[in-house]
Amino acid sequence: MSRRVVITGVGAVSPLGMGASALHERWAAGECGIEDGVGRCRDFDPADVLSKKEARRSDRFAQLAIAACQEALAQAGWGDELPHEAERVACIVGTGVGGLETLETQHDALRDRGPKQISPLAIPLMMANAASAVLAMRYGFRGPAFGTVSACAAGTDAIGTALRLIQAGDADAAITGGAEAALTPFARSAFAAMDATSKSGVSRPFDARRDGFVMGEGAGLLVLEEARAAHARGAEPLGELLGYGATADAFHLTAPDPAGAGAARAVRRALDDAGVAPDQVDYVNAHGTSTPLNDRSETEALKAALGEDVAKRVPVSSTKSAIGHLLGGAGGVEAVATVLALRDRVAPPTVGYEEPDEGLDLDYVPGEARPLPERRNGDRRSPAIGLSNSFGFGGHNAVLCLASR
Amino acid sequence: MAATATKESVERTIADALEQVGADAEEIKPDATFEALDVDSLDLVEVAQVVEEEYGVEITGEDAQRFETVRDAVEFVANRAS
Repeated sequence: MSRRVVITGVGAVSPLGMGASALHERWAAGECGIEDGVGRCRDFDPADVLSKKEARRSDRFAQLAIAACQEALAQAGWGDELPHEAERVACIVGTGVGGLETLETQHDALRDRGPKQISPLAIPLMMANAASAVLAMRYGFRGPAFGTVSACAAGTDAIGTALRLIQAGDADAAITGGAEAALTPFARSAFAAMDATSKSGVSRPFDARRDGFVMGEGAGLLVLEEARAAHARGAEPLGELLGYGATADAFHLTAPDPAGAGAARAVRRALDDAGVAPDQVDYVNAHGTSTPLNDRSETEALKAALGEDVAKRVPVSSTKSAIGHLLGGAGGVEAVATVLALRDRVAPPTVGYEEPDEGLDLDYVPGEARPLPERRNGDRRSPAIGLSNSFGFGGHNAVLCLASR
Repeated sequence: MAATATKESVERTIADALEQVGADAEEIKPDATFEALDVDSLDLVEVAQVVEEEYGVEITGEDAQRFETVRDAVEFVANRAS
């Protein structure tokens, strides 16, 4: 029998503030953390979590991951000693671009001061696996540790990979999610050059007025544990990670397949993997970027994967309406948001959604948060089941199927 | 132009650089070992860059490997600079 995997802790640093609760509660209250057209983690001060030396030895994206990890481990009740053999703890953290701020600063140093003034920390700070490496080092995780790289699907692919490592018996626990801090002039100009980002600076997924995504930064991490091991140490799971599906569009470098065929296959694969039927899905945390193309093709994908009737009945909302698009951090933060939404049996709203677009006719949870309908299995309340979608430039599609307890 | 390298000025430059890379200011003394200060080879490259800019003295990785204490580094630089 396959090993089951539960979620015992979550942590997040997001434009809505420090902590998973700030993310969950403020989003559910319909608040938005975007200011001046960017989703910055304004409340994050590295000195609150890191020694001076640690702060110098990590790029901002890794620093955000450390803060999220600290919170997730505390919630899971992991003390100074790991509750599992160190060799059995994996650390898989996705990112879109890694330490971009470091790369840019050091390139300035090369240009202005010459090759001998490049920092010896340039490479270890900018490498895309840095978040996974610093977390493994800080906490002594000695199992499989690496980054996943699939643009805006990276965080979700990291979590799916961690699930597989535990199911396959390569690890008994994993710290996993995504982190990104790429709000640099270079990245902002480059995304603008692709016409991907919003000119209005407003993130309004699925709305007829949407005009591109709003860049954000942040990190979201989860503690996954093999269910029996978690039970044996008396952990209180927040939920269960039931399944994962990943596919490629093989269609275009940046544009999604308009019919959403690749995304639909990823949704179906995640459901099959979880052993869940489409009509058992209570909530979908959409990728919902606020770009004209994504939100249309994702709507098509959900209809194709769940069937038109189910797709129109299930509440579908986008965290990006409240925090913008965290790129490789998105999958991590959105998985955290989904876990807490399912735990509290609530569908947070797509903030700011007002004007329906032709053909985008799902229930995008306009206005305010809504309770998820309860299902019963005999005398027992059934777990709430949700999907968390992430799609990346390059045609990468990754979907998680999650459940409350 | 390179600064005048008195032993005192080199000491100050190196102490500042060590503090910059994260060593505890109160622990930085001539007899303190780099190991005790938690200063590793990556940190010493940064210290070497500061020294080279200030005094024009190059500290190679091989040189740095031979330094045990802060004094070792200060003497190396002061001798080369004079």
